[in-house]
Amino acid sequence: MSKLEKFLRGRFAAALVAVLVGFAISAIVLAAAGYNPIGSFAALFNGAFGKPKYIANVIIKATPILLTGVSVAFAFKTGLFNIGAEGQYILGTTLATIVGVKLNLPMPLQVPIVLCAGILGGAALGAFVGWLKAHFGIHEVITSIMCNWIAFYLCNFVVMSDTFHKPNSTSALQVNGSSYTMILGNWKKSAEGKAFLKGIPWLREILAKTDLNYGFIIAVLVAILISFVLTRTKLGYELRAVGFNRDAARFSGISVERNIVLSMLISGAICGLAGALTITGISPHTITLLAAMESYGFNGLSVAFIAACSPLGCIPASILFASLIYGGMSVQQVMGAPSDIINIMIGTIVFFTALPGVTPMLADMIAKRRKAQEDIRVSKDGTPLPEKEV
Amino acid sequence: MEVSPEYAVQMHGILKTFGAFTALDRVDLDVKKQTVHAILGENGAGKTTLMNILYGLYQADEGDIFMSGEKVSITNPTEAIKHGIGMVHQHFMLVENFTVTENIILGDEVCGAAGILDMARARKEVMELVDEYGFDVDPDAKIQDITVGMQQRVEILKALYRGAEVLILDEPTAVLTPQEIDKLIEIMHDLIAKGKTIIIITHKLREIMQSADECSIIRRGVYMGTVDVHQTNETELASKMVGRNVNLTVEKTPAHPGETVLSIRDLTVKDDRGIEQVRHLNLDIRSGEIVGIAGIDGNGQQELVDAITNIVKAESGSIKINGDEIVNTTPRNTFLHKIATIPSDRHRWGLVLPFSVSENTVLERHTEDDFGAGLTLDYDKMRSYTTQLIKDFDIRPAGSEDERMSGLSGGNQQKAIIARMVTAAPNLLIAFQPTRGLDVGAIEFVHKTLIAERDRGAAILLISFELDEVMDVSDTIAVIYHGQIAGTFAQGTVDENQLGLLMAGGEAK
Repeated sequence: MSKLEKFLRGRFAAALVAVLVGFAISAIVLAAAGYNPIGSFAALFNGAFGKPKYIANVIIKATPILLTGVSVAFAFKTGLFNIGAEGQYILGTTLATIVGVKLNLPMPLQVPIVLCAGILGGAALGAFVGWLKAHFGIHEVITSIMCNWIAFYLCNFVVMSDTFHKPNSTSALQVNGSSYTMILGNWKKSAEGKAFLKGIPWLREILAKTDLNYGFIIAVLVAILISFVLTRTKLGYELRAVGFNRDAARFSGISVERNIVLSMLISGAICGLAGALTITGISPHTITLLAAMESYGFNGLSVAFIAACSPLGCIPASILFASLIYGGMSVQQVMGAPSDIINIMIGTIVFFTALPGVTPMLADMIAKRRKAQEDIRVSKDGTPLPEKEV
Repeated sequence: MEVSPEYAVQMHGILKTFGAFTALDRVDLDVKKQTVHAILGENGAGKTTLMNILYGLYQADEGDIFMSGEKVSITNPTEAIKHGIGMVHQHFMLVENFTVTENIILGDEVCGAAGILDMARARKEVMELVDEYGFDVDPDAKIQDITVGMQQRVEILKALYRGAEVLILDEPTAVLTPQEIDKLIEIMHDLIAKGKTIIIITHKLREIMQSADECSIIRRGVYMGTVDVHQTNETELASKMVGRNVNLTVEKTPAHPGETVLSIRDLTVKDDRGIEQVRHLNLDIRSGEIVGIAGIDGNGQQELVDAITNIVKAESGSIKINGDEIVNTTPRNTFLHKIATIPSDRHRWGLVLPFSVSENTVLERHTEDDFGAGLTLDYDKMRSYTTQLIKDFDIRPAGSEDERMSGLSGGNQQKAIIARMVTAAPNLLIAFQPTRGLDVGAIEFVHKTLIAERDRGAAILLISFELDEVMDVSDTIAVIYHGQIAGTFAQGTVDENQLGLLMAGGEAK
């Protein structure tokens, strides 16, 4: 087997091909609409990575979708389809806001408690969906979509409630400053910090002009932890066994019901954490009245599928996704092309990652052609030639 | 052999490799028209691969296929069907919640004007086929509600419905009762008389002797020759297949039963449709004793095992193991009482196919500290444990610890399950169809293992639809009929006819 064939049979190739095809089709759409594709892609890349500030913003954008992506990937590995990531995320933001507004402790206590509140919110919603599936056999897709709307309206209810509503606005009260998780959040606003940063423009740009926070580091740690849980622990073993073959798992004494609830609980908890980190990490540090879903959960689905449901794969996938979303805004500004083009590109990429058979098929074609060539060589001089790597 | 129209199918010089593994090494096959041609070989010998090539599921790397003397190219099953080839797979390809008729016409539907399904006509056509070949099948029953034997007949009907002239049967008798096997052989001869040609993949020597005209033997991908069945015998076939002398009779010393291990009283179990399948059943098994349950598929065997393993809840009754009541607890509790079960459907109950071999061998025991302290799982320990099992139980290929279980052949998957169950040193070992789909060499191994476990002092509950197996291996033979034990005999005190009568609901003489 040649190196190319081996590569094409790997998991990475599928994602790469999908991304390339996504770009190709977007290029066609751009060209058809009268915009220069090369220029647009340059604007896209520049908009995502052109300045330190942009990179920081891409990382900020990547944080919630990395977590929701890991959540979806985790559930998928255990045989469940968590389309409720959106609702679990929203409930995470809501509970984090409630606790962050009402509680004002020193930062080392406040931050963990606020994050835990968000985790608890997501976990509860996930576990509820898992419980309905385990004990009543109701499919998790149906219940979690319903739960998305329950969380959505619950969030709006909290925003508009007397206790939490910020007068003359469409948002709730901000959480107390002790809940913030920005990197060097207080220092960078102090006179000393400002003076120091003045000397280092790139650092000033990153710290002073963005809400760069610890969220992404936490998210990466969660991705590593989840990967470890799935592949190196008894819990992960049981969860995967239930996901692959429920009957065999039951037969070998594993409690299928318990594992379904647990899987959805963990999956929900990760989304809840994503929500809480949004509240603590970026302004306006509160929930606002939602007119439509913000799609942090749904984008997590896309991230998970680009990553072929590998929790670690979600790290580059979330960066890719975030850079498309963030960089896409400059395509509009620089080229005047509608940012919808970015949505077309994202849609195409996700669409093609859903076709995992494409790249192995290419490998088969290469193998076949090589064999045909060898046959010709054999028939010409009658003796088979040693196999050569292509 | 020269190409001639006298042959329904000729396959010459078929070479097939999977990566570095040569599954078929230039195999020849010549099947005369209107004959039953058996293909004999061990598990993993390449029989099914050869037939999958004929049916267009795989492409040969080299070699030619001729039908009635003409070279054909078969690149997919649709073309195979066009050429009049029908295949009945070992694992049935039926839609469980469709009716018999719906399954038969699936992919070849009878349509009226504007492509609207004409079920009445379809049903009539299916009925005509059923009558013509004398199959006892209800066209309106759902697949999930009929026995495995009937499902197989539906598969054969499916092929006939598509106008098959050459019928490939992959391990057709693996799941049938003696009566059903006799019936199948009758059906096969009937089909031959009506002009069809049959290729049967099997490793059951007796059935080859009874049904086939010629037999081609494949050993590890190499064609060993074709013999005239009328001029050979079972022992000769067996040694040709395995490449060494095989003992076809089960050797064992008399049993020395001890205390009662399993005691079932007045057990009643319903199936998912709410029908009582096990009805007030009583059964005792002592340590050091093999109790074999003979019976036709669908007489409560599955539900009996499900109740002992606590997969389903019993309606009433008691199941005691060494005096402890385990009825209506959990599968985990069954395991903790040292009951090990070799399930009948290994893919459904026994294995997690996408898991590696190592991951499969520790199912049930993965919680133990032997395989990782606390919450973690130690893959190195799992691997070395599996290496030992692979060695002890001769699971092939060696070194497959990290391979996916789905990549192993059926016989080796079964060995992996048996290894897992036997190393638990169970008090009670339930073996439900333990040799289903296995070849002579592997069957010998399974039977030896069961007897070794008995001699270690385990109580063995053997449930099999193959009467020979029950009669050969068991110390005590119990017949199950309609959810009850219809009679119990010591080995050697009863013959096949008497058991057959009881199995069919008759009275013992």
